[in-house]
Parts: sequence; C-alpha cells; structure tokens
Amino acid sequence: MISTETKLVLEVKHLQKSFGNKTVLKNINLTLAKGENLVILGKSGSGKSVLIKCIVRLIEPDAGALTVLGENCTKLDNNELNALRKKIGFLFQSAALYDSMTVRENLEFPLRVSPLMKEKEKNELVNEALENVGLLEAIDKKPSELSGGMRKRIGLARTLILKPEIMLYDEPTTGLDPITSKEVSHLIMDVRKKYNTSSIIISHDMACAKITADRIIVLRDGLCSAEGTYDELKHSKDKWIHSFFE
Amino acid sequence: MIHKKSVLNHKVSLISRVILAIKEAFTYEPKVDSFIYSVKIFFTEVTLLTRFIITFFKELVHPPFEFKEFLKQCYVVGYKSLPLVGITGFIMGLVLTIQSRPTMAEFGAESWVPGMVAVSIIREIGPVITALICAGKIGSSIGAELASMKVTEQIDAMEVSGINPYKYLVVTRILATTLMIPILVIFSDSISLYGSYAGVNITGDISLRLFFSQVIASLDFMDLIPALIKTFFFGFAIGLIGCYKGYNSDKGTEGVGVSANSAVVVGSLLIFIIDMIAVQITSLIST
Repeated sequence: MISTETKLVLEVKHLQKSFGNKTVLKNINLTLAKGENLVILGKSGSGKSVLIKCIVRLIEPDAGALTVLGENCTKLDNNELNALRKKIGFLFQSAALYDSMTVRENLEFPLRVSPLMKEKEKNELVNEALENVGLLEAIDKKPSELSGGMRKRIGLARTLILKPEIMLYDEPTTGLDPITSKEVSHLIMDVRKKYNTSSIIISHDMACAKITADRIIVLRDGLCSAEGTYDELKHSKDKWIHSFFE
Repeated sequence: MIHKKSVLNHKVSLISRVILAIKEAFTYEPKVDSFIYSVKIFFTEVTLLTRFIITFFKELVHPPFEFKEFLKQCYVVGYKSLPLVGITGFIMGLVLTIQSRPTMAEFGAESWVPGMVAVSIIREIGPVITALICAGKIGSSIGAELASMKVTEQIDAMEVSGINPYKYLVVTRILATTLMIPILVIFSDSISLYGSYAGVNITGDISLRLFFSQVIASLDFMDLIPALIKTFFFGFAIGLIGCYKGYNSDKGTEGVGVSANSAVVVGSLLIFIIDMIAVQITSLIST
C-alpha cells in the first residue's frame, strides 16, 4: 500500500506476544508512513492495545523487530528508550490523567524531562496545548471535575505538550457520545495538521475510522488479516470484515 | 399425579447429592499440590520483593532526585498523621498509667509509676503501636493509591512520557516513611508521657516538673537509641510493603482492595518481626 519512496516512521516485523498459553499476537507486520493515520480494527481482546503497548515497550514483545524513528526499539537501554518515548505520544483509553494533580500540573508533568525549562516557557506550552484542544478554562480543575470527553482532550493535550512525532491512540472515542466522538475524531485530524504527526489509532468506532483513517488494518487471530482504505474494506467480500461496517 | 412427580424428583436429587458427597469423600486427597503452590508463591514473592529493594537502593543514589515530590510525601505521611498519632499516643499513656497504678500501689511502688510507664512507652509500646497505626493509615493509603494508579494506567502514562515512575512514586514514598515514622514516634512518645501525667493526676497530685524529672531519671541512653533506630526500619518496612503491593497490584478494582489490605497485613507482621530482631540485638548489646 505504501510506496517504497515514502518515509517510514515505524516498522513492525514478525511481532509475537503471548500471555501464558494464550498467543495474542502471532505474526504482526505493519508500517506507518510519515504523516499517515493508520487505524487498527479488531474484536475486543484481539490484541490491538497489546500491539501499541509493545511499540512503546510498555509490554515486552516475545519476538520480532520494532523500528521506531529509525531506531531498533527492542535493543534500546532504559535511557535510550526514554529518549525515544519523548518523541511518541500515547493517549490511553481512560486518558490516564493523574488524579492527585490539577490539569495544569498534569500538563506540566511530562516537561519534567526538561529541567532547565523556565516557568514562563512551561506556562506558554501548557496554555498552547490547552488552547489546541479548546479547554483553556479547565486549567485549574482536577480530573474528577471533568467529563469523559474533557478528560480525553486533556489527555491528548498532555501528550502533545512534548510535540511528539508519532501519536498512538488507544480507543480515543470509547465511552463517548456520538457528538463528542466526532469532535475527538476531528481533533485527531487537527493534531496531524498542526503537529505533522503520524498516528496509529486503535478503534472499534467506524465513524472515527471514517474520519481519521488513511489506511486501515484489521487484526484477526493475532494476524493482520486485511488492509486497505475505509472504502476498500467497506466493500470487502469477507463477511467478518464487512460486519464492522454494518 | 403432579405431587407424586415432585416427590420423586426431590428423592432423585437427594440421592444424587448423597452419591456426590460419597464420591468426594472417597476421592479426597491431602492438598499437597496447593501446599507446594503456596510455598512457590511465597518464594516468588520474596524474590520479587528483594529485587524491588535492590531497585530502590539503585534508584535512590542515581540522579535526578524528585525532591519536590519527596517533600510532598513527607507532608502527607508526617504532618497529616500527627492528629491520629497524637490522640492515640495520649490515650496509650493515660490507659497504661491507669491500668498499672493499682498493681504498683499494692507493692507500695506508686511513685515508680512515671518511670515504669516511661520505660514501657519509650522502649516498646510507643514505637510499636505508632508503627502499627501508621501501617494502617499510611501503608494502606500508599498501597491503594499506587494500585489505583496502576489500574487506571497512570503509571504506564508516566513511563511513556519518559519519566521513571519507580523513582517518582516509590523512592519518594519509601524515603518519606523511613524519615517520618521516627519523628511521629518521638511525637507520640512525648504526647504519651503527657497522657501518663494526666493519668497519674486523676487520683494523685504530682507536679509536671516532678513527673518529668522521675521520667528522665528512669531512662538511659540504651532505652532511647535502640528504640529510635528500630523506628527507621519500621518506617522503611511500611513504605516498602505499601509501595510493593500497590506497584505490583493486579488489574481491576479487586486488585486495589487486595493491595491496600495486604499492605497493612504484611506491613504489621513485618513490624513485629523487626521488633523481635531489634529486641534480641539490644539485649545482646546490653549484656
């Protein structure tokens, strides 16, 4: 699907992961081009979240090669891995905001990796990130005071504060109403436009996939069973794949 | 007809239950497997805990230091525990005095009450009771907090943003409990002595100056220092177990409850074990 001249920011080859006797990822091969939005579809428990957690090595893969921004991710030591992780944004399904901190402190938290940064610069970055997700007024609120959609937006703002090159979204619209889901999907597109990010989006939400996907990969039985654009897969003759679009 | 059928059904189910019970009785085997499994689990936990401690000391000496978070934890662990520790300390001194006074009076040793209570509190009761209260309050709170952070992927979020969650969450908390528990024990012991003074004055009449001069006269160096040293180990154990249980919690809300509970249970047990070892070492040194 991707021409050989396109610059790849991420390449996964023969990735395998098992938990006990259960093999979740059998042999995953995928690539992500610069500026591309790749949506990964699949049933619950098909290993979609495991796949993106393997990419940032929150879960250690059993076998396979992971090349992220030109570096072999599986062979990096802790310091090198942390340096690489700063270039990758990860939006968790639950947004994973730190409960004990305000929105401002949540956003400032990733900036601890730059201890020399001045307070003024930090404030500017926090304000910019919040403006980008349209929630500047929530700056002094605690996560418990935010709605589900707001939490997702703040989670996104927190990942954007380090201006990542790759974004990994773990079910960004799950648990949201259709209107907020649509807003979050458009926000993903805005993020790509503004920050020139390449993204992997894990989703069941076909409306989100339709808005965000340049390319879709379908995970089935631990393998990438189909690949194509939204329209190509919508007209797939495979009933199982077609059922996602019904 | 229907009645007959239901009686028959009832009899059949009764017979089948009896057969099942007999079958179970004959197939009963001593649970050797589950015993071996428990032993395996125990040694696995010990190994993981040892690794956790080694990581703690490694991270402790490597910069960057999370000084701000450490101060925050000192405030949470130390300052916020003062009312609870103070109240229990006062009651402890008061009750111990009231309970021991009649027995001492029988021997005509009523004037020894302040000294006896002071030695009991400073050497043993003060550090152990305060540490147990802190294991309940602080250990469970650390265990539940870290476990819920793990369940809601907050620890993962820290890790992916390039920040070492072990250093930020674990090292700061263990260090705070190690340094704050001795301070809380000193505070609790002091309040206990005031409680004891109040207890003595319920029936008797003794001035504060005389009471404390009797207390100081009955204490020596070997009462204070070993008691203080062991409180550092109590604090370390409370922080360590709270963090270990929370950081390695199972996913799900059940995991949060289990972590908080086992942080208290294992922490309290460790306090008694440390106390037993400390007493042995102290008695060896003093003989």
